Amino acid sequence: MTDSASKENIQSEERSVLEYLGSHMREYGLLFALIAIMLFFQVVTDGTLLRPVNITNLFLQNSYIIIMALGMLIVIVGGNIDLSVGSVMGFVGALAAVMIVQWDWPVIGAIIACLVTGTLIGAAQGYWVAYWKIPSFIVTLAGMLVFRGLSLWLLAGQSVGPFPASFQALSTGFIPDFFGVGRPNVFALVVGAIAVAAIIWMGLRKRAQNRAYGIEDEPQAFFVARNLIVAGALMFLVYKLSTFRGLPNVLITMGILTIVYAFITERTTLGRRIYALGGNEKAAKLSGIPTERLTFLTFLNMGFLAALAGLIFAARLNTATPKAGFALELDVIAAVFIGGASMSGGVGKIIGAVVGAFIMGVMNNGMSIMGIGIDYQQVIKGLVLLAAVIFDVYNKQKQS
Amino acid sequence: MSTILEMRTISKTFPGVRALDNVSFSVKEGEIHALVGENGAGKSTLMKVLSGIYPIGTYEGDIFFHGEPVAFNGINDSERLGIIIIHQELALVPLLSIAENLFLGNENAKGGVISWQETFQRTGDLLKKVGLKEAPQTLVDRLGVGKQQLVEIAKALSKDVKLLILDEPTAALSESDSQTLLDLIVELKARGVTSIIISHKLNEVRKIADTVTVIRDGATVSTRDARKEEITEDGIVQDMVGRSMENRYPERERRAGGTLFEVENWSVTHPEHADRESVKNVSFNVREGEVVGIAGLMGAGRTELAMSLFGQSYGRNARGTVRIRGREADLSTVGKAIASSLAYVTEDRKELGLILDETIERNITLANLPGVSNSGILSLQEETRVAEKYRDAMRIRTPSVFQRVMNLSGGNQQKVVLSKWLFTEPDVLILDEPTRGIDVGAKFEIYNIINDLSRDGKGVVMISSEMPELLGMCDRIYVMNEGAFVGELSAEEASQERIMSMIVTN
Repeated sequence: MTDSASKENIQSEERSVLEYLGSHMREYGLLFALIAIMLFFQVVTDGTLLRPVNITNLFLQNSYIIIMALGMLIVIVGGNIDLSVGSVMGFVGALAAVMIVQWDWPVIGAIIACLVTGTLIGAAQGYWVAYWKIPSFIVTLAGMLVFRGLSLWLLAGQSVGPFPASFQALSTGFIPDFFGVGRPNVFALVVGAIAVAAIIWMGLRKRAQNRAYGIEDEPQAFFVARNLIVAGALMFLVYKLSTFRGLPNVLITMGILTIVYAFITERTTLGRRIYALGGNEKAAKLSGIPTERLTFLTFLNMGFLAALAGLIFAARLNTATPKAGFALELDVIAAVFIGGASMSGGVGKIIGAVVGAFIMGVMNNGMSIMGIGIDYQQVIKGLVLLAAVIFDVYNKQKQS
Repeated sequence: MSTILEMRTISKTFPGVRALDNVSFSVKEGEIHALVGENGAGKSTLMKVLSGIYPIGTYEGDIFFHGEPVAFNGINDSERLGIIIIHQELALVPLLSIAENLFLGNENAKGGVISWQETFQRTGDLLKKVGLKEAPQTLVDRLGVGKQQLVEIAKALSKDVKLLILDEPTAALSESDSQTLLDLIVELKARGVTSIIISHKLNEVRKIADTVTVIRDGATVSTRDARKEEITEDGIVQDMVGRSMENRYPERERRAGGTLFEVENWSVTHPEHADRESVKNVSFNVREGEVVGIAGLMGAGRTELAMSLFGQSYGRNARGTVRIRGREADLSTVGKAIASSLAYVTEDRKELGLILDETIERNITLANLPGVSNSGILSLQEETRVAEKYRDAMRIRTPSVFQRVMNLSGGNQQKVVLSKWLFTEPDVLILDEPTRGIDVGAKFEIYNIINDLSRDGKGVVMISSEMPELLGMCDRIYVMNEGAFVGELSAEEASQERIMSMIVTN
């Protein structure tokens, strides 16, 4: 059943609520899954999971995966895949280390050069996929090998570091408390409160607009419950962070990027056209959509985000190693699919990819705290990915 | 004559819909039995029950074959008894040969090792029976739809068919291919094969069917025996729609204005073979408020002409000039063609016209997203408003515009495609087979939409393989054959015979 089902049965409130839940199973299911997984690990780790220092760590550990998942979601929605992101990330980190540590480039100059390099790498791969119609799997598989090799060559097989503090701040820096209290970090609390207010305000505004246009929205009870949960969770996390060192710089970067990409995919013609491209390329083309250029742009964007992730990763480790980013593309792709994207393109949401990445991240973190070996961790993560996709397919079959 | 098949009080329910309601249906041995009805009336569902695609237990009622009660758990069970269904979407593997396709799943093999000699020999025999002159090794990919149909029938023969079910076999065929196929069905009848044929083309039904059963809203409405009474198309139509349809083509005041769209010496070469011209020196024009038809056989180059005009979406080396309201127009990309107020409604709506997984709303706005956005930022409410407007104007039957397009019937899908193009506010619309595969009622609505467009002064180019439709709708008809225009007829001059003779003599 789709949204329409709820529309027809406004009379029986109870039934419409159930149907609404049924039709949005995927979105709510994902959120519930994340909450359930967090509660589970909170219990089995005796409260370690949600300690301020661990929450801070969770964000730092997963920031680069989430940043790349944003780009990967768009590539996958467009009907392609990018296997090279782990290698590109490692390569850019290595390039930053060589520029800053060995060539003594100014930090800001090196950052810009690295971002430009990543974008060019994305553009180069996108060119073959978009204009030569070479399958993205092959182009980016080649890219994966090429840039893995180039990182090794660039670092001459050695680790290069450490970085100056100004570069490390990219990842491990915190926003100071402008109100001067320090602990708890009042600035963090204020930012959290503003974010909550903004979310509620935008939600209310959308409901008002929908009502004005006579469009049926989610049931009132759901709107209230969802906002309460989101607001509560957000304030809880921010409070915890404020009792440690405040908001990590990288959390702000991540937050802003998530909002920007969610906006692009859901509210702009550019985003809509990428969904159309992935949904039916031929129909999109005959509707006047420049499909080649869009495919090219999705890869260019992916290159840029992989470069950014590479900088953050290098800053966090404070060194560039030839193994950086190894097999990371698989985590990124898994996050996107757990988040509900479809392999065949045209389906998927930014917020889903972010939640998917957090599910993976919390599981990694929780299992490590529990002392579960890397062997079992891999098995469990694999099964979770499979289960998430089976859940999707099952839902879809039930609908039709 | 004995009864080969009897289906008694069959009922089948899908969540929320009663697709079949106590349908009884019986077929005599050795006859051609036509099953007609509007899309969604339940014909295909009934045939899926019969062939075991919906297994026993998922429906109510009984099936008797040769007087024996039968229960099928799957398509293999029904095939074992010689009941074979050929679906509208052909089930052939394009990159395998004819021979490989014929015996797919049923190979001439001992211990898993295929005997190619036997395979090719049997294939040769079967192809002779269906009158297809192709080598057994030919890849199915290389055959046209008409010949692929014949391969499907040969495949059915290889399984010792007793009752052959054809679901709209001629929907995608040209007149001459249809004729070949119909002749073959009649020939099979002489050899004792009973056929059930589902079709929208009533003239064909009238030509070959011994019995005609009409289904409407999941129930049998009438069964007529052509050997006892004369069957008229009007009578069938009346049963199908539940009302008499005096005129299948709504009247329109014919009043053509100034010249709107002119094409001069348009030529295009084949995308892969640069020496082959798919469209040769075509010139034509459309005036304001005029509906102009392009008649021709399948493969005459009509779709190629339309797609090459529309942003050079087909072929290479497009040459020639196009003028819109007297000014030369640049149609080199789809975007420019849309900007020049040209719209092209594709022949294949599922592959080329729609994003099936998306909502009605998002399909309607796709070709004109700037129309619902401001500096690249979409207004989702405005988008819904636009979609609702077209839903009402075009009578798209759906509970909401958030419904996914794949859940709609063919006629409603076509209305979504038309809405999409109307939202680009075109002056000239090229409609490529606008009523293919949709039922009589929906066809009538599409004709009304075309008439409305003409009344608004738009120019409509209508490509159709159904000649009565062109004759009923158009002010002028161009006849195309082998890539070139071979004639032009006014509505008064045009007749099926004249069009055919133009094609044949050129």
